[in-house]
Amino acid sequence: MGLTGLEIYKHLPKTNCKDCGAPTCLAFAMSLASGKASLDACPHVTEEGKAALESASAPPIKLVKIGTGDYELELGDETELFRHDKRFFHPTGVAVLISDNEDVAAKAAAFEELEFDRVGLHYITDVVAVKCDSGDGAKYKSAVETVAGKTEKAMILICEDPALLEGAVEVVAARKPLLYAATADNYEKMVELAKAKNCPLAVRGKDLEETADLVEKITALDYKELVLDSGARDTSKVLADLTQIRRSAIRKRFRPFGYPTIAFTSKEDPLEEVIQAGVYLSKYASIVVLKASAKEHLLPLLTWRQNLYTDPQKPIAVEPALYEVGEVDENSPVYCTTNFSLTYFIVEGEVENSRIPSYILSVDTGGISVLTAYADNKFNGEIIAKAMKEAGLDEKVNHKKIVIPGHVAVLQGTLEEESGWEVLVGPREAAGIPKFAKETFG
Amino acid sequence: MAVEIQKEKYRSKVGEVVLGATKEQGGSRSHTITVGGETTLPFLHFEGEMPNRPVVALEIVDMVPEWHPCFGQYYDDVFADTAAWAKKCVDEYGADLVQLRLQSADPDLKDSSPEDCAATVKKVLEAVGVPLIVIGCGKGEKDNLVYPVVAEAAAGENLLLGVAEVENYKAITSACMANQHNIIAQSPIDINICKQLNILIAEMSTAMINRIIIDPTIAALGYGIEYTYSIMERARIGALQGDKMLAMPMIGNIGFEAWRTKEANSSTEDAPNWGEQETRAILWEATTAMAYLQSGMDILVMRHPRAAALVKQNIDELMQDNSY
Ligand code: B12
Ligand code: SF4
Repeated sequence: MGLTGLEIYKHLPKTNCKDCGAPTCLAFAMSLASGKASLDACPHVTEEGKAALESASAPPIKLVKIGTGDYELELGDETELFRHDKRFFHPTGVAVLISDNEDVAAKAAAFEELEFDRVGLHYITDVVAVKCDSGDGAKYKSAVETVAGKTEKAMILICEDPALLEGAVEVVAARKPLLYAATADNYEKMVELAKAKNCPLAVRGKDLEETADLVEKITALDYKELVLDSGARDTSKVLADLTQIRRSAIRKRFRPFGYPTIAFTSKEDPLEEVIQAGVYLSKYASIVVLKASAKEHLLPLLTWRQNLYTDPQKPIAVEPALYEVGEVDENSPVYCTTNFSLTYFIVEGEVENSRIPSYILSVDTGGISVLTAYADNKFNGEIIAKAMKEAGLDEKVNHKKIVIPGHVAVLQGTLEEESGWEVLVGPREAAGIPKFAKETFG
Repeated sequence: MAVEIQKEKYRSKVGEVVLGATKEQGGSRSHTITVGGETTLPFLHFEGEMPNRPVVALEIVDMVPEWHPCFGQYYDDVFADTAAWAKKCVDEYGADLVQLRLQSADPDLKDSSPEDCAATVKKVLEAVGVPLIVIGCGKGEKDNLVYPVVAEAAAGENLLLGVAEVENYKAITSACMANQHNIIAQSPIDINICKQLNILIAEMSTAMINRIIIDPTIAALGYGIEYTYSIMERARIGALQGDKMLAMPMIGNIGFEAWRTKEANSSTEDAPNWGEQETRAILWEATTAMAYLQSGMDILVMRHPRAAALVKQNIDELMQDNSY
């Protein structure tokens, strides 16, 4: 249960020394209460005070990290049920499963290829899960070794026999893999191992109650680097359990559920897996594990993750400016578009594909798309003509021709009047630019 | 240890809308489809009711469409025969219902007459027993001539007719009122405009309130879906909290949006790092649909048979009881 600002204030030094960055202890207490600050910021609080405040200052969902270096993955520490209330912070880790019974080297190599460039962003598949299906400790260890040699991304070691797991953990402990999983049968040994190796630990009950039970037992052993699995595998049940865990943690500060979560697909067909994984990604899983490993399977899922985790408060915009694609000169074509980053990067990619060095005039629309800006009167003949002037286009090229997006063909006339340039109507979708460019400028 | 199950208590619910009419009801459909009725957010059966499963419509067009060549293997034999196309969608690809776009009415294309459009609608109604969604060509002036004729020709069939917009809703609303059809009310990802349009329609006839399906306007995966997803989520929460002018089922043209994207259309050769084209495209469409199911969509209008099948299966699974 969260404490109020006043309750927190009682445990602070009350000196108003400002070392925490807040003007007064009370102000700091208020920030703590609303989850906007962390108790670490006050260097003067007593051990006693700290203990009393621990639960209040802890975020509703603990931040747990797996992996190291560039590929360290932060999980949990979410504060919302709906992205429109604020935003989601730590994108779901997407994990590909490799069984020690399959061609481990081949699948690990395929996993490493699962990175994509799209609209100016780089998407990565960030976790690899290695599962012990063989029941053979040596085979499992060598599988883990092989995978570790192929990728530096975060790992999950899936093996419920602590004796078998131990050998494999030896190999990669320094990379902080997530150990999967502590269950009612093995948790004491698993906790021992996780503690000894300083690795985060997944906890799986057979349902929500058993999971909560196990978490209590494990935290009583003083281990808190945990990731939860309620044990459900049917799509509908997983959705319900993930929703319960998230709600209990955020709304009720129910401590046993205040950890990140992991969900596994149950499907065999890779397309079905992607859809199932998509449901879990949408509704609260901190990690989803699937077997599918082809590019066409992962790209849609990673795109959805990127979309879901964008900040709804701010449209992602590029600087409105005249951009150069390739080695431009005074004969280079000129395209115009908006400064919504999605729109801009789609157009930039296609202009690049046209292989004709070109200018792109990114007009300030306040970071919104072509038709949205058109409908809102932020992308019209006058505004584009003004942007052309400001960019000094007259001096840059000698042809006086500009291409506008096909969706706003209606702007042709006014833009011609306003700018005195010839206005060419491009294709509706940017994908048509290479063909258009070849026909028009090739 | 005892875990206290967190259940939200909502004040209100989404209204139910019946699509289609059987012979006894004055139409010719083999069955009707009811959508809406939710008393909770999607698929949270543990706290409320979702009495009607979301449904998947396949889209057809009354002229040969310029779709990606990979559709050829599914539809080449029926592209030119709208009625046969509809039948194939239902019989072979398991569509819950069919959405017919009267594209040929477009004055810049074939400029088909309202009577021709009505004849096509009749043919499709004869070919299939499922309820029918009919939408115009998108050019308001022409559509306004088409709606009354189509609505009258299909009187009694309880169509879902679209689309009404704030700037252009009177002709279609009148056509629906006079012939007892349902209406698609489309607003540009804006909750206030959505409510305003519903109010405008209701002002013409209160009976129409129970016949509105909201089209909140959607975008494809990777092309602004996060905006439309969140608007829908907010609209649905508003409905459950008692806002009557948001309490209608929702529809989205998923196939149309997904198949405009580069990710769906780029060939395997042109985009080798994105994987195989058709599977990628199927998943682009199905993932878009998956997301909208999670934000409350009731009628998903899709294009690729495999994407539709994936989504139907996802719906089946999500409809399993998950109460504690
Ligand atoms: C997401 C969205 C929004 C978001 C804006 C997100 C953003 N940052 O832009 C929000 C919710 C804020 C929004 C608001 C509004 N929207 Co809006 N929105 C959409 C939606 C769903 C997707 C837009 C999108 O992101 N597309 C993806 C980008 C990449 O597309 P794009 O910029 O057009 O670029 C493509 C092409 O144009 C082309 N291209 C781009 N540049 C260039 C350049 C050249 C040279 C060439 C050749 C090609 C080219 O390539 C790109 C890919 O193919 C569309 C409907 C839809 N499904 O498309 C409606 C839509 C654009 N919105 C619309 C409207 C009316 C509005 C509002 C005015 C509604 C209102 N409240 O009054 C407001 C605007 C107010 C404001 N100040 O924001 C209408 C526009 C109608 C019209 N034809 O005029 C649309 C079409 C919806 C509809 N059917 O009614 N919207
Ligand atoms: S650092 Fe601690 S003692 Fe100093 S003002 Fe902040 S809360 Fe008070």
